[in-house]
Amino acid sequence: MKDRLMNVTFRYGTITVVLAVIAFFSIRLPYFFTYSNLSDILNSIAIVTFVAIGVTLSLAVDGFDLSVGSTVSLTTVVSASLMIWYQMPLYVVIIFPLLLGALVGLLNAFLIIKMRIPDLLATLAMMYIVAGIQKTYAQGYTIYNNMQFPDGSKAAGKMDKTFLLLGQGELLGVPVSVILLIFFVIVVHLFLTRTKYGRQIYITGGNEEAARLSGIKVKKVRMFAYMASGVFAAIGGLLFASRVGSGQIDAGAPLLMEAVAATFVGFSVFGAGKPNIIGTFIGSVLIGVLVNGLTMMNVQYFAHDIVKGSVLVLALSITFYVLNRSKT
Amino acid sequence: MGTSATSATSATKAEQQYVLEMKGITKSFAGVPALRGVDFGLKGGEVHALLGANGAGKSTLMKILAGAYEYDEGEMLLDGRPVKHKSPADAKRLGIHCVYQEVDASLVPQLTVAENVMLDAIGAADGKAWISPRRQAQEAGQILASLQVDIPVQRKVADLTIAEKQMVLLARIVRQEAKVIIFDEPTAPLSGSEADTFFRILSELKQRGTACVFITHRLPEVMEHADDVTVMRDGTKVHSGPVDALSMEELVAQMLGKTFAEEFPKVAAEIGEVVLNVKGLCQGRKVKGVDLTVRSGQIVAVVGLVGAGKTEIARMLAGAERPDGGEIYMRGHSMLFKQPADAIASGIVSVPEERRKQGIVIEETVERNISLPLLNRISRFSFISGSRERGLAERTIASLGIKTASAKLPVKYLSGGNQQKVAIGKWLEKEADVLLFDEPTKGVDIGAKSDIFRIIGQLATAGKGVLYLTSELDEGLGIGDVIAVLYDGSIAAVLPRSEATLEKILYFASGGREENL
Repeated sequence: MKDRLMNVTFRYGTITVVLAVIAFFSIRLPYFFTYSNLSDILNSIAIVTFVAIGVTLSLAVDGFDLSVGSTVSLTTVVSASLMIWYQMPLYVVIIFPLLLGALVGLLNAFLIIKMRIPDLLATLAMMYIVAGIQKTYAQGYTIYNNMQFPDGSKAAGKMDKTFLLLGQGELLGVPVSVILLIFFVIVVHLFLTRTKYGRQIYITGGNEEAARLSGIKVKKVRMFAYMASGVFAAIGGLLFASRVGSGQIDAGAPLLMEAVAATFVGFSVFGAGKPNIIGTFIGSVLIGVLVNGLTMMNVQYFAHDIVKGSVLVLALSITFYVLNRSKT
Repeated sequence: MGTSATSATSATKAEQQYVLEMKGITKSFAGVPALRGVDFGLKGGEVHALLGANGAGKSTLMKILAGAYEYDEGEMLLDGRPVKHKSPADAKRLGIHCVYQEVDASLVPQLTVAENVMLDAIGAADGKAWISPRRQAQEAGQILASLQVDIPVQRKVADLTIAEKQMVLLARIVRQEAKVIIFDEPTAPLSGSEADTFFRILSELKQRGTACVFITHRLPEVMEHADDVTVMRDGTKVHSGPVDALSMEELVAQMLGKTFAEEFPKVAAEIGEVVLNVKGLCQGRKVKGVDLTVRSGQIVAVVGLVGAGKTEIARMLAGAERPDGGEIYMRGHSMLFKQPADAIASGIVSVPEERRKQGIVIEETVERNISLPLLNRISRFSFISGSRERGLAERTIASLGIKTASAKLPVKYLSGGNQQKVAIGKWLEKEADVLLFDEPTKGVDIGAKSDIFRIIGQLATAGKGVLYLTSELDEGLGIGDVIAVLYDGSIAAVLPRSEATLEKILYFASGGREENL
């Protein structure tokens, strides 16, 4: 009886909490449950969800990518600088940061697979290095349209209009970033659950030695997961630059913890017990709804972290308590 | 030897001289008897060898002595007084210590030799809060010197060799005034000269009056260094007495008994050309130049006792570890395996020793475990076809008789034997030439065991080459067309089925040589 109750809690607990939070805000705030506000919420979580997809992939191979926040910062600054400092064409502005993201992932994979540094430590080190690189590259300044340099001269370029559509535009009344978000959530979900590559990722994460002895090239699988993680962080960075219309240094730093929180909340969605994209998306929605509702209720901005942290603790408690209880 | 004097005295007097005596000890696990009324006596200042095949009950007996298990019935006397200790800590307080094979587990690698030797003083409840490193080093140095061991006390234990770690552990035990020390396969990880040092320390301990129990598979060491010997079989004591009373061959006969008759279904298969040929395979200290030949339809049993290098050979052939030297040929082509995927691609698939860690993914379903090596075949444009995967799983479940409620059940809910069938089943449709089994019957029940033998027999009939590595001698004899006996990292003898007997296998596996037979 107690076990069944626990399992029901595990399976539907998180989704119930999400619905309850939405119901609570809808009753308290007349404006909350409107199309424009719900679309705002999705728009606001688009960036962090892309970062969280990266974290989910790294967790699926039983790793952990802490460098995603810094990768967001780096790609934000670089994409803005490519337009404002160097007036590069749009395809360069988009492709180059994506390659940078993949490169960060490759370096992570090198440190973890070849140098055998534990995942958390390798990506922690990488987090510092990349954060330092983006600050050094931007000389500590925010990169904005026609910015003024210390020597008095002005930058020639502006943010590309088409580029700004990514984060600010709408298509048939739906924000472009929300369309991108839904598209990638579906694609990565299908990739992880329906393709042989997704299967290899989960099996590698489940038991690396058994996977290896069954002929799976686990090193390649792990390398791929880290590179994909870097690329999704880079997409997050591009969206950030487009949303804000400038290249702010350290833009991605606060995103790491939110992305990790969303991913771990996702563990407990529908009792998955493992990293999964739909769960991550719902975790992200939960955080977005909380921030949106609390803001509308005039809860101070600084207090939001307390709420987010508490949600994370709750989700982690459910997940790990149930998972370890059922362990034989 | 000091034992000759005591053996001459009367029985009652000898009994009083036992430092430790176990009388009529019985112990069952979940209704299965492991020990049935065992008597065991230890005298001070003797080295007492304890022999027996796998499952004879010698580890159970020693674990009871060391306090790791409690016995069901019987009596234990220490210095003539009855004792019943409930934990290894109790046993240590009484002066009974155990040196397990994994010496690392008993030491703290980050600390120095001196700190490790003095570890019990540091951890003692009534110990002083302040530690004088100088006095500590001094005392540890004296103990090591008294054992004639020369290890600088300031070195970190992590930097020591296994032999040196063993000495540090011994010094630590000596400091606690041990009455009884149990050694579980102490020489298995040691080289020849290291083993000599070990035996020197052993005789040092003997001279101090410590009773030493020595569990080993190496009969030559027993003949040379033990005073008394006890042989166990099927949970009972079958022989006990001075070591020179019996020859090596007689000891082997005692270990095996006369009643041995287990049935293995052996299917005759047509033996074809050579598929796998291994020449001079070696790795570190464990594997020292192994030659093997496997033909299609042939089951080659590689039989070796624990520590003989069996698992290392299996892992090298499976591509899981790199050999230091030697060559592997598949159908005459030289092979270099950088990873298991290479071995599989060349036609060698393996069922590894550690089922739960290596053979299956415990949290995943039966279906997903079986389809693991065949993801390419069941996928269309990289998308896994649910119906093909189900079909594959159902065929495998049916042909191996895997007992599971559903193909979608996580394998962690299956019994050990059925888990093992899943680990074998995933290779069934892989069309490999050679199947490698490393201890496939470990932890499976009798019914599943004979199923596994039947499956292996069928694979051979289907023209596969089978390499079956085991430490269960009777299994090797029962299943192999050819039995290669492994001793200390090299093949001691290759016996065709018609010439092999358990006595011969055990003789070679225990370090016996051809010329003495």
